[in-house]
Amino acid sequence: MAEKSSIIVEFRAVNFQIGDAMIIDDLNLRIYKGEILILLGESGCGKTTTLKLINRLIEPTNGEVLVEGKATTDWNAIDLRRRIGYVLQEAGLFPHYTIAENVALVPRLENWEAEKIRRRTTEMLELVGLNPNKFADRFPHELSGGQRQRVGVARALAANPDLLLLDEPFGALDALTRVNLQKEFAALVKDLGKTAVFVTHDLHEAFVLGTRICLMDKGKIVLNDTPENFQKADLPLARAYLETVSSIERKI
Amino acid sequence: MNFFEFLQQNWSELLALTREHLYLVFVSTAIAVLIGVPLGVLLTRRKSLQTPVLGIANILQTVPSLALFGLLIPLAYIGGIGAKTAIIALTLYSFLPIIRNTVAGISGVDAKVKEAATAMGMTDWQTLKQVELPLALPVILTGIRVAVVIAVGVATIAAAVGAGGLGTYIFRGLRQNDNNLLLAGAISSAILALFADFALGQIEKLYALENLRNKASQNKRKFVLIGTAVLMTAIFVLPFVSNSRFQIPNSRNDSESGNQTIRVGSKDFTESIILAEIMAQTLEKRGITVERRYELGGNLAHEALLSNQIDVYPEYTGTAFTAILKRPPLTDTQKVYDETKAEYAGKFDLNLSPPLGFSNDFAILVRGEAARQNNLQTVSQAVPLSKNWQAGFGQDFMSRADGYAGFAKAYNFNFTKQPREMDLSLTYRALASGQIDLIAGNSTDGLIAALDLFQLADDKKYFPPYQAVFIARNDKSEVLRETFAKLHNAISTDEMRRLNYAVDGEKLAPKTVAAEWISRVYK
Repeated sequence: MAEKSSIIVEFRAVNFQIGDAMIIDDLNLRIYKGEILILLGESGCGKTTTLKLINRLIEPTNGEVLVEGKATTDWNAIDLRRRIGYVLQEAGLFPHYTIAENVALVPRLENWEAEKIRRRTTEMLELVGLNPNKFADRFPHELSGGQRQRVGVARALAANPDLLLLDEPFGALDALTRVNLQKEFAALVKDLGKTAVFVTHDLHEAFVLGTRICLMDKGKIVLNDTPENFQKADLPLARAYLETVSSIERKI
Repeated sequence: MNFFEFLQQNWSELLALTREHLYLVFVSTAIAVLIGVPLGVLLTRRKSLQTPVLGIANILQTVPSLALFGLLIPLAYIGGIGAKTAIIALTLYSFLPIIRNTVAGISGVDAKVKEAATAMGMTDWQTLKQVELPLALPVILTGIRVAVVIAVGVATIAAAVGAGGLGTYIFRGLRQNDNNLLLAGAISSAILALFADFALGQIEKLYALENLRNKASQNKRKFVLIGTAVLMTAIFVLPFVSNSRFQIPNSRNDSESGNQTIRVGSKDFTESIILAEIMAQTLEKRGITVERRYELGGNLAHEALLSNQIDVYPEYTGTAFTAILKRPPLTDTQKVYDETKAEYAGKFDLNLSPPLGFSNDFAILVRGEAARQNNLQTVSQAVPLSKNWQAGFGQDFMSRADGYAGFAKAYNFNFTKQPREMDLSLTYRALASGQIDLIAGNSTDGLIAALDLFQLADDKKYFPPYQAVFIARNDKSEVLRETFAKLHNAISTDEMRRLNYAVDGEKLAPKTVAAEWISRVYK
């Protein structure tokens, strides 16, 4: 029973089709509280689709996705999304909102008091390492890519959701910025006790961040294990991924 | 009179016309925005509607403006003559750029931004209001700017349905062969278009993303919003123009109140306006209130009479007989009059006045110099010479039953060059300047003498008679009877030619010419 109550997301025999194309094929997956689950795979493998099924940006063709024990289709989509943080590639910040307004988005939609919103925004900017005095009134186009991505994380955390969904958030950043953000993010999520589902095609990122890695191929999960066990896996696709990392290490 | 003297003398009228012009453009654009923007938003939500709706808007835009005005005239409620019809036509033209740019602006918002809005739990309405519309605004404003510039241009045509505006000067200038009028109308509307383009371009910049933070822009944006609100209120709430053509047509019959109002209409040429003005002033002398609805092109005056928007207008028996009753041309003057009167009474419940005394027949005209050189007197004499002539005729003459086809056949004309079909008033100029050699004008036209043109006699009696009469609604017959009797045989052909020349040649106002005639005849 204890284990069951700690399941935050569960996929039960989920299919997702567009026309005849099977994007997600009979997916079964449990995500537990406090995990950082990595969805790893090449583009087109269905990892982003899997992510979007969780906050009902799309709905399963067959089967069901349960969030906190309730099928997404039974949730009010708006309520569901507001209690799940979402971070996407290149941040997707509103270009006509200041940084503070971007961070305050969900609290404002939830009609928090102005003072509470202001405090929370300041807190969130500090949390992601941006000086509120310096950044609050700027606009997204005045920030670097890395800074924008920090704002994206602050925005996702602002309404204090238990669950964070991240769709290749660091994919478009240069290598140094990416490594810094990965480390900070991993620490942040652990400290805050959040659950995160993180989509990437970068095994190195998966190892740095993940407590569990789901390798996906053609709409199916082909490997679902801890980073330690992933390194020992025999699966050809997993070996191919490991090659990419070890070849770099050999060169170094 | 040079152009600047003209402006000096007429600036208050020019200003009034400009104000009417702006009124037409503002109201139609405002309506098009209020309908077009929500419609554009709907199209981004129901993508399957995009093709049909934008297709319809596209087709509307390709309908020639004069044709669209014509199509609207006979329609109940939305049609008729005056500002209302013009505003509807202008609104239809404004739809395409506004709807299209709304769709393009919203579709152009970064997909990542829209995905973020949805994923953060914004409702569709919140996404639209807080994200899509603000980001699409510069593109939507561009659409409005294009719509306004188009409307300023098209509104010049609105004068054809009696809606006023700067087109009044352009049409009048063409008709009276007056460059000052033409230039005043054309230059003013061009300046309006350029100014609107510039002003709206500046507003667009204020709403561009990079100016959002700029304090000065913020204040200017407030100013623009307040200004727009004030302007809209002024236009919709206050009776902006007291001119009668902006009042909603009143089809009530006031006869029992004893306070008679007669709505006098006219066609869109000088003679018709002078006759209408003579009618109007004669009625006013009797203490009857008159509303003037002049310059109705084509068959608009007839349509306006039928749809109870005017009570009386001057017409010609031949036109009524062939163009409206669609009867084959007859040459017997009395028979045409009698049959027209009978059929009008039976078919339309309309009343023909007794003849005014003159006929405005088709006049086959050549340059005076050509007539003298070749000693031409009749149309038949011109036939052998006409092989290499270029003829030019108004659209009306080319299409009507008693027009070109029958005429060429009756006289055995054999032009090697296809006759030019052009605006009637322009044929006079083209003939005088030697670009064409033969036209079909009107026998009472003042320009015949003014431009030294010569009328060839219709020796084969091809053209049916065009006796001038008034046509009135039967329910106004009682009021009009006395005036009809007074004007019976009151104007000779020479007299009419002189009156026309006073306006077209001497540039006097039709009002003045009519007043002068009345005071001379009814001392």
